[in-house]
Amino acid sequence: MSSDLSALWTAIPQVLEGLGITVVLTAGGAALAFVIAIVFGLLAGSRALLVRGFARVVIEFFRGTSLVVQLFLFFFVLPRFGIPWLEWPPLVAGILAFGFNYGAYGAEVVRGSITAVPRGQWEASTALSFSPAHRMRRIIIPQAWALMIPSLNNLLIQLLKGTAIVGFITLFDLTVSIEKLRIATDLFFAYSVGLLLYFVLAYILTLGMNALEVRAKHRLGQGESLRDALRFRSPVTRGRTAA
Amino acid sequence: MPSPRDIDPSTPAIRFEGVEKRFGDNVVLQGLDFEVARGDRVTLIGPSGSGKTTILRLVMTLEEANEGYIFIDGQPLTHTDEGGKRVALKERHRNEMRKRIGMVFQQFNLFPNMSVMENLIEAPVHVLGLSKADAVERGRELLARVGLVDKEDAHPSSLSGGQQQRVAIARALAMDPEILLLDEVTSALDPEIVGEVLEILRDVARTTDITMLIVTHEMHFARDVSNRVMMFDGGRVIEQGDPETIFTAPTHERTKSFLSAVLGT
Repeated sequence: MSSDLSALWTAIPQVLEGLGITVVLTAGGAALAFVIAIVFGLLAGSRALLVRGFARVVIEFFRGTSLVVQLFLFFFVLPRFGIPWLEWPPLVAGILAFGFNYGAYGAEVVRGSITAVPRGQWEASTALSFSPAHRMRRIIIPQAWALMIPSLNNLLIQLLKGTAIVGFITLFDLTVSIEKLRIATDLFFAYSVGLLLYFVLAYILTLGMNALEVRAKHRLGQGESLRDALRFRSPVTRGRTAA
Repeated sequence: MPSPRDIDPSTPAIRFEGVEKRFGDNVVLQGLDFEVARGDRVTLIGPSGSGKTTILRLVMTLEEANEGYIFIDGQPLTHTDEGGKRVALKERHRNEMRKRIGMVFQQFNLFPNMSVMENLIEAPVHVLGLSKADAVERGRELLARVGLVDKEDAHPSSLSGGQQQRVAIARALAMDPEILLLDEVTSALDPEIVGEVLEILRDVARTTDITMLIVTHEMHFARDVSNRVMMFDGGRVIEQGDPETIFTAPTHERTKSFLSAVLGT
């Protein structure tokens, strides 16, 4: 055990490097996925058949094909076309693959949340003569946002864990660094460290998303403010103030 | 497009011409013709499912008629007749027409992501182009009118049903509509709160010349406020007249049985 710990100590720079790549991939992939989810979620709800059809084709392609194959597409295939701006580094290929894949799932979440906003809200907006764009931006999206956060959190955590396959495209991420650690220590120890680190990352993301959800709901007049939610209180008094 | 204020006063505010509305195979309105003069207060009564609410929703363009034409101030609302062909009008035209019409809903439908004042000024600022200061000033006047001066920063969810409906009335009035549609505005309220909402609407009826089209089960309110009552059944108007006549001396059997059921006499 003590030899494991000293091996871990010497491996720390490596593990941190891998952790850094995993964090960058997750953050970059999530940011791109979010933009794609919003854009394609809105397009998929369009009344124009061509627009909706285009969105559906893109969404179904990225949902319906393997993430690993998409990773290879962005890493091996596209840079081979000889077009200079397609010759991106592996990290960019990774971010693109995760962004499009999880963005496609996210688009369905966005579309579903938008349709889940009560019909009365759409009708009241029409009765006040809002343009469709104004209605979407000021009335529907702010309410759909609170509905979509829990599902987006699931996708975000899946994205984080999904990045563990980027060793395939030569990236030195957390999983690869744990593989290296395993050589110096033993299987159980190395993978335990790996599990723990992924869990900590996932839990940080969940806490952040929960905070966003509390804030979004509070803005809709549901539940306590984020400040109140963060104040440490026993569940009993919390229940009392909420009532 | 002429402003609603300089239209010949004899032009009806609302005119239905051969309007038919179907939901699937279910014909809700059939060959419906009627007019509402400017400044009229018309209450639609009749059993549920008789198409009263559908009429309001057609005027607000929340639904589209399958046949026939609707005119607001003599101008076609959603469809026009071009050489015998029924042609749908563009969204831009419909939105211009909508600005003349306000609606208060059974379920209030305040925007939960905005404060009371934000609910009141969103449309005046972004649709009518009022300055924010003017819209807020007008919003405060309207809140005073509905008795909620101290609630401008409140969140809709912190208000009672009756208060929410009063805000919704103020929000509709903030657009300075020529026509106000009231769709069962007290049906979702506790009985003891109904009075406060109706009192505000009586006040609006007394102090403005807004044309009102009302669907309600509150027959006393209908009697106080309206100058015409239209009895609906099976998607048609079966009887109409001034409230006094309809409520005290209805001629149609269907009206008699409906009124005795709702008035409990």
